[in-house]
Amino acid sequence: MTANLPDRAHGQRLLREMLRIRRFEDACVELYSAAKIRGFLHLYIGEEAVAVGVSQALQADDAVVSTYRDHGHALTRGISAAAIMAEMFGKVEGCSRGRGGSMHLFDVERHFYGGNAIVAAGLPVAVGLALADHLQHRPLVTTCFFGEGAVAEGEFHESMNLAALWRLPVLFCCENNLYAMGTALARSEAETNLAVKAASYEMPAWSVDGMDVLAVESAARGAVEAIRAGGGPHFLELRTYRFRAHSMYDPERYRDKSEVETWKLRDPITTFTETLQGAGLLEANGLEAMEHEIAAELSAAIEAAEAGTLEPVDQLTRFVHSDPTQPSEFVS
Amino acid sequence: MRSAESSTAELSTAESSKAEGRTITYREAMREAMHDALTRDERVFLMGEDVGRYGGCFAVSMGLLEEFGPERIRDTPLSESAFVGAGIGAALGGMRPIVEIMTVNFSLLALDQIMNNAATLQHMSGGQCHVPLVIRMTTGAGRQLAAQHSHSLEGWYAHIPGIKVLTPATVTDARWMLWTALEDPDPVLIFEHGALYNEKGLLPDGIESVDIDKAAVRRVGGDVSIVTYGGSLGKAMQAAEELASEGVDAEVIDLRTLRPLDTATILASVTKTHRMVIVDEGWRSGSISAEISARVVEEAFYDLAAPVARVCTAEVPIPYARHMEEAALPQVPGIVAAARAVMAAPD
Repeated sequence: MTANLPDRAHGQRLLREMLRIRRFEDACVELYSAAKIRGFLHLYIGEEAVAVGVSQALQADDAVVSTYRDHGHALTRGISAAAIMAEMFGKVEGCSRGRGGSMHLFDVERHFYGGNAIVAAGLPVAVGLALADHLQHRPLVTTCFFGEGAVAEGEFHESMNLAALWRLPVLFCCENNLYAMGTALARSEAETNLAVKAASYEMPAWSVDGMDVLAVESAARGAVEAIRAGGGPHFLELRTYRFRAHSMYDPERYRDKSEVETWKLRDPITTFTETLQGAGLLEANGLEAMEHEIAAELSAAIEAAEAGTLEPVDQLTRFVHSDPTQPSEFVS
Repeated sequence: MRSAESSTAELSTAESSKAEGRTITYREAMREAMHDALTRDERVFLMGEDVGRYGGCFAVSMGLLEEFGPERIRDTPLSESAFVGAGIGAALGGMRPIVEIMTVNFSLLALDQIMNNAATLQHMSGGQCHVPLVIRMTTGAGRQLAAQHSHSLEGWYAHIPGIKVLTPATVTDARWMLWTALEDPDPVLIFEHGALYNEKGLLPDGIESVDIDKAAVRRVGGDVSIVTYGGSLGKAMQAAEELASEGVDAEVIDLRTLRPLDTATILASVTKTHRMVIVDEGWRSGSISAEISARVVEEAFYDLAAPVARVCTAEVPIPYARHMEEAALPQVPGIVAAARAVMAAPD
């Protein structure tokens, strides 16, 4: 572990949040296999320490922009498991009313501006959210998650430059899980040191062990504090690994099983459980108790999603343009 | 052949013949519109390439930096995707951005943001996200700028649900459409035809707003409906005058907005005249002219006395040489000929 041990309550909270994401997605896999949910399903399993660690540094009114692998980010930002599950089921009770699905979880009230399924397309939007905060003198930080595959896109470079040029309050969180779908980083980037690339935009940038929730939390807190103090954008490369396939349609021909197994030895949940127990911060049956609570929450969420409402088809063309006859969150 | 310039000036004069006003250029009208918006609403700011120190590549924003300062008149790097996306994010964050893109061809570098974010966020979020963003850009040919600065792609944009597409053709619309667009809770694209910036017109007193969802009948006539928009309006008005000298009374409809398309105004005209010529600076295939034609055929087929005629840009990238460029674009003689042809059909 690279950071000081947390107190008991905080340590257990971190573990519980990671475990909750893991079990939520385990449930998604089952529901997908049972054809209860469809579309693309990109699992975060193995990467939980990143979302959980980063979110510790954020305030409730800080904005977050996510990717199509967004379940973990959404859960840690306070969108309920029930609302996300209902979204997977395509129900009105879903956090995007069933219009978005797994890749497009939204909750504007919680400043969660969505899973964006165009690689790197969330970065310019995050820069703009930060620009709005800057222009309105709000001391907020916008966090933008994206995978290392985004680094190859022009929008990454344009956005990094613009944020740095205007010293905007953006935390760029690059979740480097080593593969852009099936393309390994070294097969797509001439320079594979991503922090070096980011630093070329005159922005503080460093690499973090993304399998270590305490290391992530510590790095994110440092960066967010600096950003909020007017230090301009920061970049974190969070070195992580997805244990599951890219999506449910991926035969994984591009990586060795032994590589996956090696990374699984560093599972952020098992290693952190051991850390807490070793330090006497979690009882022997502590994990079991968390599992029970989470299982109860998830089965209720699934039950609610099953029982949720399918939007009437006559509502199909809603939400294309703002409807002046409908009450709206929009305030002009 | 007279130039499009003089006809536009005449058009605006005709439009305001009953009103007092002052003569200004289309460029000045756009600048006044931005000045007004920046003054009226602190959330409004302008960003784009060379909008500040340079004064705008077409000098539309000249002087605004000096008056409103660099926080609100923001020069951007040559990063269309980033600054259009930043406009979307700023709109989500409570601002009312005006983003300027130099030309429609460059907007393709930001198409991802326009199509995949601006137009879709509201729907994808189940109605939670609203993107009150205005994107202004120059469109159209006629200035010998060749094949990467001259196209008319507003018809493409009109294909996309979730955005509005405005094509101001008169100084009045140039002056007033922007504010209406900024008041709209959804993304609005404004296409300014590059050949119009120097055109003068009478800006009538007493008008302080315009709608952005209705077409306008610019010339009332009973024999044939000429449906057009933007930079082709002046040519259509000139053609109508030539036709009048031959005893053909043309009605000229300025679409003003390509999305949502005001089908009702088109249908009302066609059911009166029974003949239609569409003038569109876009290419014919898959164009807004094709859409208009299809709607008229769908909804007013039995009112037509002749097949719909279209005058569009030839299906080539716009060439540099003046005579070739002129040949590529809709011109007055072509419009007159098309109108004569539909008039030749028996009632």
